[in-house]
Amino acid sequence: MEHAFSREGVPIERVEPYPDEATQTRLRRELARTWYVPRGVIGWFSVVDHRTIGKRYIVTAFAFFIFAGVLAALMRLQLAFPENHLLNPDQYNQIFTMHGTVMMFLFAVPVMEALGIYLVPLMVGTRNVAFPRLNTYSYFVYLFGGIMVVVALLLNSGPDAGWFAYVPLSGPDYSPGKRSDFWAQLITFTEVAALAVAVEIVATVFKMRAPGMSLNRIPLFVWAMLITAFMVIFAMPAVVTGSTFLLLDRLVGTHFYNPAEGGDTLLWQHLFWFFGHPEVYIIFVPALGIVSSIVATFTQRPIFGYTAMVLALVATGFIGFGLWVHHMFATGLPQLGLTYFTAASMIISIPSGIQIFCWIASIWRGRPRLQTPMLFVLGFVAIFVLGGLSGVTLAAVPFDLQVHDTYYVVAHFHYVLLGGAVFPLIGGIYFWFPKMTGRMMSERLGVVNFWLLFIGFNVTFFPMHILGFQGMPRRIYTYPAEMGWGTLNLVSTAGALLLLAGGALFVFNAVRSYVTGTAAADDPWHGETLEWSTNSPPPVYNFLHIPVVEGRSAMWNRSDPAPVVTGIRTDCREVLITDVMDAAPVHAYELPNPSIWPFLCAVVTSAFFVGSVFTPWALPIAIVPLAITLTGWFWPKRPTRDLPTREAASPKLREAEG
Amino acid sequence: MSARTVVDVSPLPKFAFGHKGLVWWGTVGFMVIEGSMFVMALIVYFYLRLKVQEWPPNLANPGITFATMNLVLILLSCIPNALAKKAAENFNLGAVRLWIVVLTLIGIVAVVLRGLEYTQLNTRWDDNAYGSITWVLLSLHTIHVATDVVDGGVLAALMFTGPITERRFVDVSENSLYWYFIVAWWIPIYLVVYWAPRWL
Repeated sequence: MEHAFSREGVPIERVEPYPDEATQTRLRRELARTWYVPRGVIGWFSVVDHRTIGKRYIVTAFAFFIFAGVLAALMRLQLAFPENHLLNPDQYNQIFTMHGTVMMFLFAVPVMEALGIYLVPLMVGTRNVAFPRLNTYSYFVYLFGGIMVVVALLLNSGPDAGWFAYVPLSGPDYSPGKRSDFWAQLITFTEVAALAVAVEIVATVFKMRAPGMSLNRIPLFVWAMLITAFMVIFAMPAVVTGSTFLLLDRLVGTHFYNPAEGGDTLLWQHLFWFFGHPEVYIIFVPALGIVSSIVATFTQRPIFGYTAMVLALVATGFIGFGLWVHHMFATGLPQLGLTYFTAASMIISIPSGIQIFCWIASIWRGRPRLQTPMLFVLGFVAIFVLGGLSGVTLAAVPFDLQVHDTYYVVAHFHYVLLGGAVFPLIGGIYFWFPKMTGRMMSERLGVVNFWLLFIGFNVTFFPMHILGFQGMPRRIYTYPAEMGWGTLNLVSTAGALLLLAGGALFVFNAVRSYVTGTAAADDPWHGETLEWSTNSPPPVYNFLHIPVVEGRSAMWNRSDPAPVVTGIRTDCREVLITDVMDAAPVHAYELPNPSIWPFLCAVVTSAFFVGSVFTPWALPIAIVPLAITLTGWFWPKRPTRDLPTREAASPKLREAEG
Repeated sequence: MSARTVVDVSPLPKFAFGHKGLVWWGTVGFMVIEGSMFVMALIVYFYLRLKVQEWPPNLANPGITFATMNLVLILLSCIPNALAKKAAENFNLGAVRLWIVVLTLIGIVAVVLRGLEYTQLNTRWDDNAYGSITWVLLSLHTIHVATDVVDGGVLAALMFTGPITERRFVDVSENSLYWYFIVAWWIPIYLVVYWAPRWL
């Protein structure tokens, strides 16, 4: 039977006169109408635009960052003097648990994914992420999860068993009440949100790159986000499994972690760290992408050793999964097993080293401009190398046993996480702020900001190495004066106040620049990648035409006038789908319009997650509303081309009619 | 005014089946995530097995009648599933309607059989760790079957009410792919839940 649907046709390449201003204005107007961002209250909850969602994600993540930073300052104030009683032990337990939990789950991972949501479509030259409604859903699930746990803390029900919630401490016997349940469900919230974004990013990078952006031309930042997305996809199911088991043990009396009934407490540690170690790289790998973007732009040279860089990122992604037991060296696992994890933990310094050397080579060959983003990159290199070195020492089992659970470990992971992720991130915000808002951040404040953070950071965390050697354990709310830890703790607290001031200055600079900053040019830094080819801030449709990429440095290898894609419909949200390897055009595809359903679905999901802290009946109760909202979400809109006739199936004919 | 090169993509189709299209990537992405969860749960099963002498500990083996019936049914469902996928890729609306309804009915029977399976497990989730992981493995799969039945039902309704577009056919095709995923996972889950207690 001959069917009425066409799937023939190949793209046509030709030379056309450059369109006049009137044509371009008409096109702009039509695209702006098609890709509108809805207004009003319902509109606010229906947005599916990746820039809006990305910005909300970034702002929300920074709000949690400030919240967790204030918690950290409270801890430092408590520890400033021996036998201090600013906080009581129970408050201290909740605060250090929440500090770690919020920083890891509500700040570090989401903020990196948020940058990806904002930047990946711009960098690969398309108009939105692959699954825009999933993106909206992800944001609201994340937001509601964060609100839940902050409210829990404010109601004195904050999790208090550490950010990794080891059983049996977090189990039903030793943590009655609902504190650990809120923690377990926060994990579910954030992982659902993160997994959704990961799938989006993989599909966007693989299938929506502008023609010409073959695999070997993908910007390093996009590679980093892609590898991160894969790590999320393979790592997060472990912690979701683990935290669900924890919740089930606490809620319906299963025995996964109960040794008396055949369960096992170390099972939790395996599940947690099989996620938890890759998690570090999930935070760190995007930061590597940020660093590459900044180094290339501020040296005006493509990064030295592109292929080596990509392979190093991929290697990090793989090896990151082979390290988890190094968090468990003190648990009495078989010696032979431990040696493997020591070796793997040391091996991962090789790809990191390759990248550091490639950046040094890039800086060496170029003429670096020492503006704020670049300062943060240099700060990153210094701090991260130190953190990497203390990491290599911790990979040795005898050394690890000596400093296990001391402040040495606290010093190490703050060097790696703040140095390795927060410094590049803040540099990245200075770098992309003009693109996102259309205004430059103050350079003068930026330099002060950098030095405050750099000095504050080192004054806070360097003494912790020594405190660790002196035997000061983690997670103690106070210590006796005779231990002699007072001076270094006081120094550390002073540093924390500097850090806090640096953070406040960053927020001040961002807010002030947003309101009164100098207007930014479209390409203020002479950037390398496609986001700089469009306006600052980008229009709702990102690009007037989908670009055609002519080289690895999309902006620097561009002919003038640059070649573009035409024939994408402008009266509906059509994007171009290309193939994975060569980014050759495959077909056009219509993305969905704004919709309230993803938000409603997120509300139901959240009610279910919060409800299941209290009762297993949350599941049966949630099923019907969940099915309704999902159906609403996926229900097809009146199609732009629905008639199963040959006329309707021929896009050319439709174009002619249009 | 100067001239520029344009790549006119208007002759391209507006949809694509399989890995050329976007829906496939979303489907496969979630298959990988859910597959990772199955793998984790299976690893936990064998990890917990190592912790005790007897398996199942102080309990009878689960009964296999309904589970085996379900295995046969779910394996046989591959035939209508393949036919639905093929019909979708040929835009054969009549055949798509037929097979997607058949598949939905099979899915409903599978869910009912699954309900009966729980009565034969011979353990509760709170008996011991064996009971806990057995219930979780089975339920993890049940959630997938049930979700796909609802999903398939909605899709079937859409194929009758319209509007019929190429993309509905792509949806049917990718939905069939997802059903294969569910079928494929039932084999190891069935073996582990029902036969591992006998063999280990």
